[in-house]
Amino acid sequence: MRLKAENLSVRRGDDLLFSNISFELARGEALIVTGRNGSGKSTLLRTVAGLIHPEGGRAYLLSDGRESEAKVPEASHYLGHRNAMKVELTVRENLDFWKTWLGDFEGGKGLGIEDAADAVGLSGITHLPFGYLSAGQQRRFAMARLLVSHRPIWLLDEPTAALDASADQLFSGFVEAHLKSGGMVIAATHQPLGLAETRELRMKGFDYLAGEHAA
Amino acid sequence: MMALFLRDLKLSVRAGGGALIGVLFFTTVVAVIPFGVGPDLNLLSRIGPAIVWIGALLASLLGLDRLFQAEREDGSLDILLMQETPLVLTVLVKCLAHWTATGLPLVLASPMLGLFMNMNEVAIGAVMLTLLVGSPAITFIGAAGAAVAVTLPRGGLLVSILILPLTVPVLIFGVSAAYAAVEDPAPFFPPFAILCAITLFFAVIGPAAAAIALKNSSE
Repeated sequence: MRLKAENLSVRRGDDLLFSNISFELARGEALIVTGRNGSGKSTLLRTVAGLIHPEGGRAYLLSDGRESEAKVPEASHYLGHRNAMKVELTVRENLDFWKTWLGDFEGGKGLGIEDAADAVGLSGITHLPFGYLSAGQQRRFAMARLLVSHRPIWLLDEPTAALDASADQLFSGFVEAHLKSGGMVIAATHQPLGLAETRELRMKGFDYLAGEHAA
Repeated sequence: MMALFLRDLKLSVRAGGGALIGVLFFTTVVAVIPFGVGPDLNLLSRIGPAIVWIGALLASLLGLDRLFQAEREDGSLDILLMQETPLVLTVLVKCLAHWTATGLPLVLASPMLGLFMNMNEVAIGAVMLTLLVGSPAITFIGAAGAAVAVTLPRGGLLVSILILPLTVPVLIFGVSAAYAAVEDPAPFFPPFAILCAITLFFAVIGPAAAAIALKNSSE
């Protein structure tokens, strides 16, 4: 399976925020989107996630050379600035809901709740309401959502904000493992995720509108 | 689907969920009417069904604006929008959970408030039945309003004003069916059947409209 984006353009008000961004990702590949604030990194991710209608172009999945039935949003996890967890519910209830609601995309299986909590290094506090946790712990459990249900594509928007160094490393580990198992990652970030082989898409904002690839 | 229903139900019962706020507001509105109108028991029992219905209508408008806004604020809405589950179905389930948590308590509280208004058993039963059938329509209409105003930070009153005109038919037929049960020549069934029809109609239109509004909300 491959993820292909063709000539994506997004309009914000009267101006095109970016235009004609094309890229293609195969299994096991990661794309890091960089650029200054306001250059459209988040918008690009939200467009791929299907949350913003592009002005032109589209993103789709290819399987065996043909366009796949499955849509990109269904095959993707989106980890945005907000954690998508309810502060009133316990961590377990939150993760349990997402696990049941999201299900697994074909070709993989999500971890159990306790296993996922263990993986983010916070086992034993899943009975606490999500609102009781610190910002860093909340972010870690937001990552656990990526683990409890299987999606081949991860769309990560500033995934390591509010995380300490050890959690940074932990997260790089998840991304690496996800790539090894044949997943794809598109991440918008300022900090290096510590990944070995990635491609970079540098957003330049309004002036220069083409994305460029670097090795 | 069941998971979403249970989660929303839990959320509304937990701290700050507001399931009881509606009932408290309902009680407050109806309880002050006799003090304002005076101790004329005949007058009270005559206006009783209308007052209980108006109270229930206003109370069910209360928490509606949070229906999608809370989801949007913590980012859950994005994830819900991305799934292959038809959005209409998601909205419908959220509406049903919202009604179970806020509308059903109003229906259950209405007999007690009927006593405040000196209504007889038949009238109380009729009001309860019409509320049971009619109040889901208010939630379905409200879902569309809530979805339109989802990006507005203080959209509460706006949602109420947006949907109030659409809820007027529900009020008219609900109250007229309730009156028909106690006043002899008027038939009960026709307005009651229209009330049922309104609820079924909005059960289809409301979630569909809300889904369209939500799809375009993240622009």
